[in-house]
Amino acid sequence: MTRLTPRHLFWALGLLLLPLLLQQVGNGWVRIADVALLYVLLALGLNIVVGYAGLLDLGYVAFFAVGAYMFALLSSPHLLETFPALAAMFPTGLHTPLWLVIPLGALLAGLMGALLGAPTLKLRGDYLAIVTLGFGEIIRVFMNNLDQPVNLTNGPKGLGQIDAVTVFGHPLSRKIDLGWIELPSVTLYYYLFLALVLVSVLICHRLEHSRIGRAWMAIREDEVAAKAMGINTRNMKLLAFGMGASFGGVSGCMFAAFQGFVSPESFSLMESVMIVAMVVLGGLGHLPGVILGAVLLAALPEVLRYVAGPLQAMTDGRLDAAILRQLLIALAMIGIMLWRPRGLWPAPEHGKNAQAPVAGSRSAAP
Amino acid sequence: MTSVLHVQGISKRFGGLQALSDVSMRIELGQVYGLIGPNGAGKTTFFNVITGLYTPDAGSFELAGKPYQPTAVHTVAQAGIARTFQNIRLFADMSALENVMVGRHVRTGSGLLGAVLRTSRFQAEERAIAEHARELLDYVGIGGYADYKARTLSYGDQRRLEIARALATEPKLLALDEPAAGMNATEKVQLRALIDRIRQERCTLLLIEHDVKLVMGLCDQVTVLDYGKVIAQGTPAQVQSDAKVIEAYLGTGGH
Amino acid sequence: MDVLLQQIINGLVLGSMYALVALGYTMVYGIINLINFAHGEVLMVGAMTSWTLIGLMQEAWPTAPGWLILLMSLLIACVVSGALNYAIEKLAYRPLRNAPKLAPLITAIGVSILLQTLAMIIWKPNYKPYPTLLPSQPIDVAGAVITPTQIMILGVTAVSLAVLMWLVHGTRLGRAMRATAENPRVASLMGVKPDTVISATFVIGAVLATLAGVMWASNYGTVQHAMGFLPGLKAFTAAVFGGIGNLSGAVVGGLLLGLIESIGSGYIGDLTGGVLGSHYADIFAFLVLIAVLTLRPSGLLGERVADRA
Repeated sequence: MTRLTPRHLFWALGLLLLPLLLQQVGNGWVRIADVALLYVLLALGLNIVVGYAGLLDLGYVAFFAVGAYMFALLSSPHLLETFPALAAMFPTGLHTPLWLVIPLGALLAGLMGALLGAPTLKLRGDYLAIVTLGFGEIIRVFMNNLDQPVNLTNGPKGLGQIDAVTVFGHPLSRKIDLGWIELPSVTLYYYLFLALVLVSVLICHRLEHSRIGRAWMAIREDEVAAKAMGINTRNMKLLAFGMGASFGGVSGCMFAAFQGFVSPESFSLMESVMIVAMVVLGGLGHLPGVILGAVLLAALPEVLRYVAGPLQAMTDGRLDAAILRQLLIALAMIGIMLWRPRGLWPAPEHGKNAQAPVAGSRSAAP
Repeated sequence: MTSVLHVQGISKRFGGLQALSDVSMRIELGQVYGLIGPNGAGKTTFFNVITGLYTPDAGSFELAGKPYQPTAVHTVAQAGIARTFQNIRLFADMSALENVMVGRHVRTGSGLLGAVLRTSRFQAEERAIAEHARELLDYVGIGGYADYKARTLSYGDQRRLEIARALATEPKLLALDEPAAGMNATEKVQLRALIDRIRQERCTLLLIEHDVKLVMGLCDQVTVLDYGKVIAQGTPAQVQSDAKVIEAYLGTGGH
Repeated sequence: MDVLLQQIINGLVLGSMYALVALGYTMVYGIINLINFAHGEVLMVGAMTSWTLIGLMQEAWPTAPGWLILLMSLLIACVVSGALNYAIEKLAYRPLRNAPKLAPLITAIGVSILLQTLAMIIWKPNYKPYPTLLPSQPIDVAGAVITPTQIMILGVTAVSLAVLMWLVHGTRLGRAMRATAENPRVASLMGVKPDTVISATFVIGAVLATLAGVMWASNYGTVQHAMGFLPGLKAFTAAVFGGIGNLSGAVVGGLLLGLIESIGSGYIGDLTGGVLGSHYADIFAFLVLIAVLTLRPSGLLGERVADRA
């Protein structure tokens, strides 16, 4: 464990004070920070699959969807409306507490991750990508169509009236008035998400520097050699899928609570691609880079809203914020691969990076 | 002497090609055992069979006296056979130290919970893994490059790293696939010394090599393959003067 | 029975278009081992370009015969998309030829999104009707119907395949392509310039995809910037289904997939007792893909290649 330095304290203080500062400018800015934190969670999860284990998953949004819909079903009136028998069992409605929902979401998504990963174990890079993309789409189609024969997901209309998260009895949808300062709902959610992000970063960091993390990276680098060294690559890959997916599930639960509403539109292929872009453009396998990538790409559309306005007028409505975001992501993906293939903030190279030492030298190295 | 690896009657066919026919051999404890033969003789196929990449059509193995049937590649290291690859297969973007630490995977056991909760058992094991890895890097002579990414090492050092990584699995048998390929004369001398040390201090070795001079100087016993069949077996001296062997190689010595 | 026949006809028409696009995927994969994620968008570019051209020509020559306008717009669209694909290969893929596997994949995804977004900007996101330039009177075939457009699709596909076969087996370029697909290094030692061969492959693929795009638009009557995504994915499935890298496999895979989709979506309601409706038709392709890759990864006509260490 690293020691606490003044730099750490600076960051800690900064992160804690951020929402309070932002909310002075406008609650909308805190909301952007909240969404960014949710994306950081997603990027951290995908980083386990893509960054550590080297498995290109293009359908990651499926786990986000699973978590979101699970929370929605367990914390909204929908299930009770669909199944009157259940309504009798829960006369006060379905309200699942936070401490139960988070592990459930992680577990359910984790199981799905292992399940969806299982058929892909023998596939190499490109095929793996397409199959996982297919799974992502299949999940979306199911979410969109499971309003018949039994209305589970309410189809394209989505599920609403989702509870807010309740922490120690206080629902986060209600603000807290401390007298000298007011903490609106978005700020409360900020602290919750920040806590989740910090725990996730800790978990990822510990996994990275462990026997499991090394096994994942060995698989990423050379699966044949990894097997030859005795690594059970099948189990390790399933573990990577499961762990990565569980982060997605937790993020999904939080998203459902935060928004109060979920619909299949939020879980499109473009989302999966964007999360992949966050990880790859930020710095594959390098936690600070991944976080940077997530924050940049999540905050981008919001920043664009300010620029897009005039542009939209200039181009007769063809360029709006959403289109601009897509355009920039596409160009970023192409550009980064051409000029900075290891990402914006890759892991630092130890020792001599470009030069190989002279052949056969046993002489003392630095 | 107890035999480390006892191979009997291995045959393997690929479509129309009989890659191996009835190959048998006995590798004794503490030996350096050589497997030579012209290109395409089946040496690498044999290698891949004993390391679980291919399943033989017929035949059996005994490893350290116990029946050995590699069903999956990853069980091979567990059983006690470690290998290097003809075209070096290191974990390029990981450091030399990390490469060898991966070699310790099969002899250690901490899992997900230990990693996340950083239990004292986990931490003790991590320290031991790192120590063991450093010791092996020193042993093969690249201790100074522990933190260098594997792809930045010179060719000869990469080969040594691969050997260190394989040794980390504490094998009963270390199988080297053309370890001297691409090496110059000086490097070959160093390699020979290293193999000798390993034989004396650590484990038994099986060697595929093209460099006949290296094999003859180093190995205790040799099997010669040609077209998938064993054409000679014995000490280097015996094999060298075998008419069939000479014919198979048409008199060409080492490269 | 005529329902089945109708679905077979529809399936073959659909499958022909999948086959044309699948050929592009399989040729590129055979030569540089890359799944060109952006290939579906080439179909879209071809269709959209032809739509614009048709609009222009109809304005300029209102009396010109429909088939002539279609033909000319097709030819010009082929040139445009061929040039586009050439440029994409040269600028985005060529520099990454020796990069680790992940990089060209990410780039291809980026190119795919870029093309879609640019199309959205140039042509605006709404669906546009594609003019029917051929006589639309359906012809009766043993109880089922087939339109002249559909006949054209089958015809164009057959002709394209014949031309492609001749190109690949009877010309110097074709030999060079086959050699590079087998063993790029040796081919280059024999004087084959890999860059030329690869560029040619991309251009040919683009022409085939454009043909498919124009026909798709003619058959379904609309074009839109996102029209290439699903057909592209399904065509890729067809290529894998038939055996990636194998030209006949791409055709067989395409036709079979078209039939499966057509017949399947017709009967899925009956098969699942009304539980699953035809909205699920789109995931057939994915299910086929997963099944193929799990059970027979080399595809129907592909060779089994042993994995040598």
